[in-house]
Amino acid sequence: MIAALNAALAVLVLALAVWTVAARSTFAATVGFVAYGLVLTLVWVQLQGVDIALTEGAIGGGLTGAMLVAAAARLRDTEASARAERPGLALRIAAACVAACVTAALAYAILALPEPAPTLAHLTADNIASTGVANPITAVLIAFRAMDTLLEAIVVLFAMIGVWSLAPDRAWGGRPGQPHHADPDGILAWFARVLPPIGIVVAIYIFWVGADEPGGKFQAATILAAMWMLAVVAGLADAPPVSRTWVRLALVGGAVVFLAVGAAGVVTAGAFLAYPDGYAKLLIKLIEWALLPSIALALALIMAGAPERPER
Amino acid sequence: MSLADLFTVVAVSAGAFFFLAGSVGLLRFPDALARLHALTKADNLGLGLVVLGLLPRVDGLLGALKLVAIWALVLLASGAVSQLVARVARRTGPRA
Repeated sequence: MIAALNAALAVLVLALAVWTVAARSTFAATVGFVAYGLVLTLVWVQLQGVDIALTEGAIGGGLTGAMLVAAAARLRDTEASARAERPGLALRIAAACVAACVTAALAYAILALPEPAPTLAHLTADNIASTGVANPITAVLIAFRAMDTLLEAIVVLFAMIGVWSLAPDRAWGGRPGQPHHADPDGILAWFARVLPPIGIVVAIYIFWVGADEPGGKFQAATILAAMWMLAVVAGLADAPPVSRTWVRLALVGGAVVFLAVGAAGVVTAGAFLAYPDGYAKLLIKLIEWALLPSIALALALIMAGAPERPER
Repeated sequence: MSLADLFTVVAVSAGAFFFLAGSVGLLRFPDALARLHALTKADNLGLGLVVLGLLPRVDGLLGALKLVAIWALVLLASGAVSQLVARVARRTGPRA
């Protein structure tokens, strides 16, 4: 029974992936991508990767989906002309060949894995006590592979700078995106008043249990960003001008704290990003608390888009 | 099979039926408003019955509250979103 369900999930994921690639209209492809993300979330749950399932649902399906919907809405006017300049048959066959080769190489790499697959899971399980946290994913992210997480937090900032770099000169330093107007007594405004209190509590819960159970700062930050964007879209709040000092400080705060703790490790524990004995959990918590608002703000500003409205 | 098991089977099956009916309606109904109507039935009744059927199987009050909270949040979201979609559908007029 479970095997049949798993097979159905696998077929559904593949079908959605093909449909997303084959869909003619950008908006239809975007809807397919969001559905693909949600089914992939179920696949990760079946693989018992609940942490990854949460991340896939929040970032892969939700946040990326919302960004693609916004991009599709923006590109609607150019859709017809883009379709007119469809690449020739030879180019499309070449692209299909490259894609097929990459897929075949990936499939070979997965199928050629030795049995049992190489794993560091037992190393993590043996050493997790020294970190003071109980969720092995959190231990890997913030202790054993802290460098990767540090770079991830910085990559989010780079992505946001990439979005900002699309700003026209006259709007630089201003507020991101177009202003949103919604009926203040309408259903959207009502929804944007009711949902954020619930969403904020859920986000803090997911953040809080991240030390011991599936959850963590990235998933929580995505929910916080989504709640903020809901209020912005409903016209109840507005994104801040990107030149504000508090915006810049909040954005870099998480990475700065992470780097500072890492540099302090050179003195106190003998290596960059090493934590002194007995202080690991405290420092991990400190880094997580510092990263949460920074990542939430960066994700929200990525969704809000490039500055388009001059401040004056 | 205990009474609780029977209750679960009956309620979850009924929920699955409403999901099936909602999906058929989504595919077969003629216009956007009717399709929304079909979809919200799946959310309200289908998920509601599934949650109701799973309630006897959770251990502890917290698990039960979480299940009910999920249903309430889906109700909130689907109600609000279908209102928004319906408004756009009415403004742009009937299309396939």
